[in-house]
Amino acid sequence: MLLNIEKLKVEARGDEGWTPILHGVDLQVAKGEVVGLIGESGAGKSTLGLAALGFAQGGLRFAGGRVIFDGTDLLQLPERRRRAFRGRRVAYVAQSAAASFNPAWRLLDQFCEGPAIHHTAGRAESEAFARQLYAAMHLPDPENFGLRFPHQVSGGQLQRAMVAMAMACKPDLIVFDEPTTALDVTTQIGVLAAIRQAVETTGTAAIYITHDLAVVAQMADRIKVMRHGREVEDAPTRRMIEAPAQDYTRSLWAVRAFRRPPRALPQASAPTIGIREVTAGYSSLDVLSEVSFDIPRGATVAVVGESGSGKSTTARAITGLLPPRAGRIALNGTPLPPRLAQRTLEQKRAVQMIYQMADTALNPRQTIRQILSRPLQFYLGLTGRAREARLNQLMEQIELEPARFLDRLPGELSGGQKQRVGIARALAADPEFIICDEVTSALDQLVAEGILRLLSKVQDETGVSYMFITHDIATVRAIADEVVVMKGGRVMDKGLKAEVLDPPRHAYTRELLASVPQMDPDWLTRRIAEGAA
Amino acid sequence: MSVAETRRRPILRMIAGRLGIGVFTLFVISVLIFLAVSLLPGDIAQQVLGQSATPETVAAFRRELGLDQPLAWRYLDWVGGVLSGDFGRSLANGRPVAELLAARLGNTMFLAAYAAVIAVPLAVGLGLLAALWRGSWFDRIANVATLSAISFPEFFIAYILMFWLSVRMGWFPSIADPGASPRLAEMLGRAFLPAITLVLVVTAHMMRMTRAAVVNVLGAPYVTMARLKGVSRWRVVTRHALPNALAPIVNVVALNVAWLITGVVIVEVVFVYPGLGQLMVDSVTNRDIPVVQACALIFAAVYILLNLLADVLAIATNPRLLHPR
Repeated sequence: MLLNIEKLKVEARGDEGWTPILHGVDLQVAKGEVVGLIGESGAGKSTLGLAALGFAQGGLRFAGGRVIFDGTDLLQLPERRRRAFRGRRVAYVAQSAAASFNPAWRLLDQFCEGPAIHHTAGRAESEAFARQLYAAMHLPDPENFGLRFPHQVSGGQLQRAMVAMAMACKPDLIVFDEPTTALDVTTQIGVLAAIRQAVETTGTAAIYITHDLAVVAQMADRIKVMRHGREVEDAPTRRMIEAPAQDYTRSLWAVRAFRRPPRALPQASAPTIGIREVTAGYSSLDVLSEVSFDIPRGATVAVVGESGSGKSTTARAITGLLPPRAGRIALNGTPLPPRLAQRTLEQKRAVQMIYQMADTALNPRQTIRQILSRPLQFYLGLTGRAREARLNQLMEQIELEPARFLDRLPGELSGGQKQRVGIARALAADPEFIICDEVTSALDQLVAEGILRLLSKVQDETGVSYMFITHDIATVRAIADEVVVMKGGRVMDKGLKAEVLDPPRHAYTRELLASVPQMDPDWLTRRIAEGAA
Repeated sequence: MSVAETRRRPILRMIAGRLGIGVFTLFVISVLIFLAVSLLPGDIAQQVLGQSATPETVAAFRRELGLDQPLAWRYLDWVGGVLSGDFGRSLANGRPVAELLAARLGNTMFLAAYAAVIAVPLAVGLGLLAALWRGSWFDRIANVATLSAISFPEFFIAYILMFWLSVRMGWFPSIADPGASPRLAEMLGRAFLPAITLVLVVTAHMMRMTRAAVVNVLGAPYVTMARLKGVSRWRVVTRHALPNALAPIVNVVALNVAWLITGVVIVEVVFVYPGLGQLMVDSVTNRDIPVVQACALIFAAVYILLNLLADVLAIATNPRLLHPR
């Protein structure tokens, strides 16, 4: 056994002393084996992964158990001797390569640092190895790729460069910590293929941490499901997918099955929002070119596409934050003034937004009551008892108990609860149209499903229209009525969900769908064989 | 234009822009200095010649100084002279101001360089160690010690040092005139006490900024990544954190070095050190207007130049600006 973690306990420093976050977890990794770790955030996946390097993040400490790597208990070693293992025997690939590469160093220098401090290879030797790996990972211009600084390289390329860096000292084990979570599906598939290839050609063992079941099904020989710092289930990948033993595991599997029941859209003379040949951009650059589509009354229109496709820029144009250079945007058939400042209070009230990061979209110093009272007073002039009544009504709508939550601060809420407050804030203005900008992509699947159900319910109750910006096709299938596919600032295809997606009508839609990982463990192998990555 | 030049253009343009702003600031300051001095109460000719001078001599002296000319004309005349290197003549002794300044400026620069060469590495080094061992005894002691040093008035530190190191031990002279000694060692020995006083005053500020800037960067994911590659803590601080924390450090260093040149009047007076600060104080007392103006202009130029240098260095340490996409 290469790595044997036994009864590992880790504690976090809190206001009232140390609280356990890993309650005696076991993890075995054999030579050359890939073990997947999945679970929602806070399950302790990353903490367990880092323990394989004998490392505890700031504010955490090892409180018991053993981390035996190749016969040595890392926890018994002093820090100086643990360093000899890190990077050399066990390497780490972080979630955000953009944040995890030092912005002041060239990529090649960062690659060569490991071999230099561990004395595993000379400079010339490791440079040659770097070029070889860059070429194997299909990075552009592998000879000179390493001379670039991190900010000069795209996200997908940077993530592949980080996989290459992890292999610099030819380690026995690599810990991949959500390496593709921050990437688009079309970029993700390239990185997954690079990781798969790296693991297969070198025979290194790996721990693959993710919250995406379909991804882990592609990568791992064996999957361990974790929750609240405990193991839920541990089984070989195929058995885990086909016959999960635990209720919690089954519930994770079921999330993807959520489908909104079909319903009849109300008839209306004009769409809630009509976008006609809108061109917009920043400085001299056009990000949107002649974008046209409608948001019918009471409908959910999903706008999909990879990052840089112009989804969020369209939202900014509709809200008036970015006045279009050309084209018109109409609300209920009446043209909207391009600038936010020119719009009437009534027009502003009609268009509201819900954001991706509920954390940063809510003022941390205001209580939920203050956050929700502001739009009630500003748009509707509600005060006193009327406002109190509406506050309670809103809280019940988002399924949070008014008495318990109204006087709390956002910091005292969970991620899903914060996003619910974000929804309530948009609803407080009594809007006709809400832009949902990646509202579920920062949330775990179970929590995200709850948010999607809530948004559907609110639409049934109030008849509000949604523009749902997302890059997740599963979300689109779950709640959209219509779909707009964007790429490079243009609309590739638009129409009813079934027309656009089943089967995919446009070539780009086909590519997008084909890049979405499937639960079938052979999906990636097939895609690589088809030459997709 | 070659490819390399095109790629470097943003930073060159930025430096040129900063230089332009610097020159403009200097122009504004020259106007302010000139106006401030001409607004000083009393008649300069009368003051210089004394109460007993006859109205005729005063009038003749005013003509000689050009004080009968309009203000704008006198300003242009002065600036024109400065641009061609002529700062005018001292009213006190009739020698060219440039000549007077040259010797004093040299002394001031020597003292400032002396103090800076000790203080900057000391402050940055202590700051890095404090960041490395943050929360430890070293961190606390370094903090308290440098803070106490900055909290005492500088003349107090100067007299304490003078009392112990000069009067009691007799190691260093208390009157710090470097003279024109040909031997550097002798010059360093004579200027030791004022230099150490200045070091004690400026170290705290730079050390605390170094510590804060580095600690700020130590929370970044790439620092964790470096540790996970097996990099030692000291190397993490110096090689990974410091290059990304340079901009604020460079700025505070520039500010303190500028102070070493322009703000050391009290220390110079205590040690009777013949620097620019003392010259300026003497000239204000003597109403030696051309010298006061010249000193003020030099101080302003030093401030602007050092801040400009800090700006450029801060830009140069940012790879996003130095190596655009």
